[in-house]
Amino acid sequence: MSILIDKSTRVVVQGLTGREGTFHAKAAAEYGTRIVGGVTPGKGGTKHEGWPIFNSVQEAVDKTGADASVIFVPPPFAADAIMEAADAEIELIVCITEGIPTLDMVRAWDFLQDRRSRLIGPNCPGIISPGKCKIGIMPGHIHREGPVGIVSRSGTLTYEAVYQLTTRNIGQSTAIGIGGDPIIGTNFVDALELFNRDPQTEAVVMIGEIGGNAEETAAEFVKARMKKPVVGFIAGQTAPPGRRMGHAGAIISGGKGTAAEKIKAMEAAGIRVAKSPAEIGETVVAAMGAAARA
Amino acid sequence: MKIHEYQAKAILKRYGVAVPRGEMATTREQAQAAAKTLFDAGADGVVVKAQIHAGGRGKGGGVKIAKSVEEATDLAGKILGMTLVTHQTGPEGRVVRRLLIEETLPIEKELYLGIVIDRVEAKPVFMASAAGGMEIEQVAAQNPDAILKEHIEPGMGLEAFQARKLAFRLGLKPQQINEAVRFMSGLYRAFLETDSSLMEINPFISCSDGRLFALDAKINFDDNALFRHSDIRELRDITEEDPLEVEASKYNLNYIKLDGNVGCMVNGAGLAMATMDIIKYAGGMPANFLDVGGGANAEQVTHAFEILLSDKNVKAVLINIFGGILRVDTLATGVVEAAQKMHIQLPIVLRLEGTNVEAGREILKQSGLNFTVAETMKDAAEKVVAAARAA
Repeated sequence: MSILIDKSTRVVVQGLTGREGTFHAKAAAEYGTRIVGGVTPGKGGTKHEGWPIFNSVQEAVDKTGADASVIFVPPPFAADAIMEAADAEIELIVCITEGIPTLDMVRAWDFLQDRRSRLIGPNCPGIISPGKCKIGIMPGHIHREGPVGIVSRSGTLTYEAVYQLTTRNIGQSTAIGIGGDPIIGTNFVDALELFNRDPQTEAVVMIGEIGGNAEETAAEFVKARMKKPVVGFIAGQTAPPGRRMGHAGAIISGGKGTAAEKIKAMEAAGIRVAKSPAEIGETVVAAMGAAARA
Repeated sequence: MKIHEYQAKAILKRYGVAVPRGEMATTREQAQAAAKTLFDAGADGVVVKAQIHAGGRGKGGGVKIAKSVEEATDLAGKILGMTLVTHQTGPEGRVVRRLLIEETLPIEKELYLGIVIDRVEAKPVFMASAAGGMEIEQVAAQNPDAILKEHIEPGMGLEAFQARKLAFRLGLKPQQINEAVRFMSGLYRAFLETDSSLMEINPFISCSDGRLFALDAKINFDDNALFRHSDIRELRDITEEDPLEVEASKYNLNYIKLDGNVGCMVNGAGLAMATMDIIKYAGGMPANFLDVGGGANAEQVTHAFEILLSDKNVKAVLINIFGGILRVDTLATGVVEAAQKMHIQLPIVLRLEGTNVEAGREILKQSGLNFTVAETMKDAAEKVVAAARAA
């Protein structure tokens, strides 16, 4: 098992004909993902790298049976692409695009509320269930199939955590990058809930960063409901207040959203927090060992 | 993006939000003319306000009241060119280059209005408080109930009943309510139409004659939406920003200068923050945050390197790259080009993983340059901190 995606997932790529879309669609297909086509308005009926191109997501769904979508559309049009996918009742929408205006995301988020789609991102690396399916931009070869679920606000820091696990022969059930923006579709609690129910997942790594209070909310969930060990890390322990550290969401404002506060909340919930980013792998080993002995 | 108070007030005025009469001045003479205009129009006094992108200007001595044109001119002469240090500027302070000369008003009550995006609700939230004139963060910490909130439904906007509710709870008089509703509606329209990320009126004042004004105004814009607001982009004042950060923004690099001596170049914001953290954990201090982003090309990497090294405090450099979209060979090519072009003498520690890592390592090896290659993040941090100490 894994969460949200597996070998049967059929993926349509919104923005397939662009440079990034093409590069990552090919990499995903090589990994074994079932890419069934692309959407580029105005290029419907043509082929790109052997894949059929459609004018709309609805048309792609009707013709290919796609149930997931990945979005590589440029920022000014990306929120619209999310809403189009939701309107076509795509089950899982993964939005990679970075730099979407916040007020556009406010509209898209509202649009998703009474629809059945789940959104991952935006501004995220995507989701991978190693050995089964990869929807996103992460390097597939560093992953291996196994028992650890990963959920993270960061992209490359997720790769770092995966790498530390893989080099210790610990595989991953599913790794999700939820994105670094202030408004995102799937949050920590959503992912933790899914991992909690997934029989393959035995432990979860949760990687947060400064800004907002998503980690604190997740810690409350872990304390109340989580049946599996959770390991955490918070990036930005040395970040100065008032400065936006790359991600639009990563900012300490008015003394809120500091790493220290988040670590305190997480530890109080029984999460083992790695102090240094180099210790994520060994902290997982320790947490799984302790769970096995218990 | 941040703008000055006088620019924020000019925007608000276009949306029907009442602001005091005033003018911007960059010289003593302009300040004198502005003060004269205001006194001639019947002002009781004028305020000389330093325009910098930081709060706490009053406490820092950057806001003074004058009772005559001569006094205003004199104060303008003193404030222009001074280095203003507030709790938001850092110890180095900011040089005052612009002033706002504004009429004084008969303040009866100082209130607070603000609009931000509530991340949890994913909606804009309109905030109001009767505790105006002080730091809202302080109010939030001491007495969170003193901050009134109304979430705004996307696609609907601030409804009149919501504005009325806030106005009554702020203790405004019945005859002021309609005016307050117009004021708040204008504020929200400005927020929406300019793609603001934060709008604050602190204080929002009620005068003894019943009129309402934005006595101060702060607007931050969503950088991601600036592409559709060319008029707002023109309001940027780069003298308020760190020159290296301005240079970095030209190449779409995310650079923030810090106080340490270990320069770092990383891809991805999370990994860049984690790299800063591990440098500190190894006993060093990062000189900067630098995220070269996912899709960086060799040219951007070269520029990133140049910017990193123009900080004279940097004694050693750590490059930590986990290639996803950014291929490691691309990064290596950029690093080698920059190192050769700039005749770099500083110790450079590299830690590379991910897409095309073998090709990247080969490029470094073939370059004949003296790089230290580290295996893990921990190893890299320890090596670069030791190198910075030895330098």
